[in-house]
Amino acid sequence: MTIQVPKTALSHRVEDLLRTERLPHVWCPGCGIGIVLQAFLRAVKDLEAKGVINRNQLVFVTGIGCTGRASGYVRLDGAHTPHGRPIAYAYGVKLGNPKLVPVVFSGDGDLAGIGGNHLLHAARRNFDLLVIMVNNLNYALTGGQLAPTTPRGVYSTTTPKGNPERPLDAARLVAALGANYVARWSIHYPVHIEESIKKALPRRGFRFIEVLSICPEIFGRHIGFRTPAELYERLRKISKVRKPKSLEDIKYDWDEEITLGVFVDKDEPGYMESLCERYNYSWCDELPEKRWARK
Amino acid sequence: MARREFLTGNEAMAEAAIAAGLKVFIGYPITPASDLFEYLAEKLPEHGGIVFQGEDEIASINALVGAVYAGAKAMTATSGPGFSLMAESLGLAAMVEAPIVIVYNMRTGPSTGIATGTGQGDVMQSRWASHGHYMDVVYAPWSVQEAYNLVIKAFDTAWRLRVPTIVLGDTILAHTRELVVAYEPGEVKVADRKPPREPPGQFKPFKPDPDDLVPPMAFYGEGYAVLVESLAHDERGYYTTNPKVYEALVRRLEEKVMKNKHLVAQSDSRMAEDAETLIVAFGTLARSALALVKDLRKQGKKVGLWRPVSIWPLDEEGLVKAAEKASRVIVAEMNLGQLYREVARILAPLGKKVELVPVLSPELPGPDELLDYFEKAGVRI
Ligand code: SF4
Repeated sequence: MTIQVPKTALSHRVEDLLRTERLPHVWCPGCGIGIVLQAFLRAVKDLEAKGVINRNQLVFVTGIGCTGRASGYVRLDGAHTPHGRPIAYAYGVKLGNPKLVPVVFSGDGDLAGIGGNHLLHAARRNFDLLVIMVNNLNYALTGGQLAPTTPRGVYSTTTPKGNPERPLDAARLVAALGANYVARWSIHYPVHIEESIKKALPRRGFRFIEVLSICPEIFGRHIGFRTPAELYERLRKISKVRKPKSLEDIKYDWDEEITLGVFVDKDEPGYMESLCERYNYSWCDELPEKRWARK
Repeated sequence: MARREFLTGNEAMAEAAIAAGLKVFIGYPITPASDLFEYLAEKLPEHGGIVFQGEDEIASINALVGAVYAGAKAMTATSGPGFSLMAESLGLAAMVEAPIVIVYNMRTGPSTGIATGTGQGDVMQSRWASHGHYMDVVYAPWSVQEAYNLVIKAFDTAWRLRVPTIVLGDTILAHTRELVVAYEPGEVKVADRKPPREPPGQFKPFKPDPDDLVPPMAFYGEGYAVLVESLAHDERGYYTTNPKVYEALVRRLEEKVMKNKHLVAQSDSRMAEDAETLIVAFGTLARSALALVKDLRKQGKKVGLWRPVSIWPLDEEGLVKAAEKASRVIVAEMNLGQLYREVARILAPLGKKVELVPVLSPELPGPDELLDYFEKAGVRI
């Protein structure tokens, strides 16, 4: 079945970057993923208008999970890869054609859980890659199981007496590993997310943007939030935008504070340039990262 | 210009990959494949290629799929435990029809086994490692020259049929040094992708050509907005649960190889025309088997050898032809009966007696030792 959307009435600013023939999407009403995706697509439009990037050089790679489904809706070169593997797939794309600009867009379970090894090594290498991690605090698509990011104490379908584990602060981890750009936002700040992506996309090295999202249907409902708005408010109350004094000062605590903001913002040469210091590849002068770094 | 070189199996396979146009090698160290990796780390950049060490084998194979969609001829090399880790995304490569090449040198298992010992226990693993029904192609060389030739053929097969293609060696082959006739890049012909014929917007990345069932391939960066979908997908690459579309997809993944089997299936018969007893062996064990056949011939016994060069798919017609005159067929392999099952299945309609000689050893037996294994199995010639 195809749904015909009358163009004039409902056309949207990022519509040409969407596979509109695939709509409606699978995401639940009130879900935060769409806010992050729209911020990304707006950033792409804006950077394209400024002549910074060209949509044909972007490769949009996702893994498995609710967020992973995004590649199915985005009209860019892309891939929907096995669980946890989008970062590895994306750096393969870059190695295969260094003129391309891969972007990974996936969930916390996918990137920080099963894909944790790839995440930490991509950050360690300062590999030229932008990763946008939508953190909905649980494994949503499979039914609300424990994620490495699930706050301590809260209920999940695999921890019926509350989560006994300390959660993983992925942004702090990636910052500690020396990534070029690390920021954390929540869906309450769509403009900040967009600005952050605009800053990070044309940048060399490893860039990581985490966005705290709400999963009202699985996470929220299971722990007693009756509406998306209640969960939205709960998250807003603990998220705090500020400049941390040190890595230790970045908080990821459900009861106290989840720190938001830009944690790292530097411009060191990434992996591809480091390769070019050792070998004279024909593409070294055409690396988009190098061009951006000169600007 | 063709040149003659004295190379190990691993060096020869690395050289073959360079001649075939290798642009990206991504791997993770493992015995007995690491020296292939090390050799390429030295040589491939001289030819403009990148060598990258993944954080593990899982990363390596996923990156390989990304690299071929970015337009690069790409390869990895591994052994049993590493291949086990690659299993999941071998399925990805099959599902998204990514032309990746894997050199797979078998060692002694299960688990860590005897890491430096040789083995042939991965016949089934090379074919059925990943979940779901899919197809890959597996070649099994017995000499360094054949390893060289088959790596080039593996690139050709992978790109012609868009199917993951494996060269199944072993520890002995990896480290044996022999004379090889080698070529320069450009001197050997390897298939390229079929480029898209429709403009962006009309091109469907998984729409096969009816003649060979292989879809033309658009690379990333060419403006086609290609979605590489690991889920069951239609011709556009869009997820579907439609049973008809699913069935057509899975059937085609198999049929595109079987329809082009004449390009892939290959075998080698020695002294089989008048053989009353046919020995079946593959890889380096077939070298001992051939020496044994020659010894037995000297004693006036009518023995022959049939050796599959491609294991998946097998040259079934070639086997039937070689076995036609023989009253018995003996499969010798370095496991407790994997190729044996296939041979027994293929020859069942002919009513032949098929016997198994398992050789469970981390060392390759010489012809006399192989004969001891025959006796141990109660198989007398
Ligand atoms: S399950 Fe949760 S994360 Fe998934 S689409 Fe629904 S609300 Fe969003």
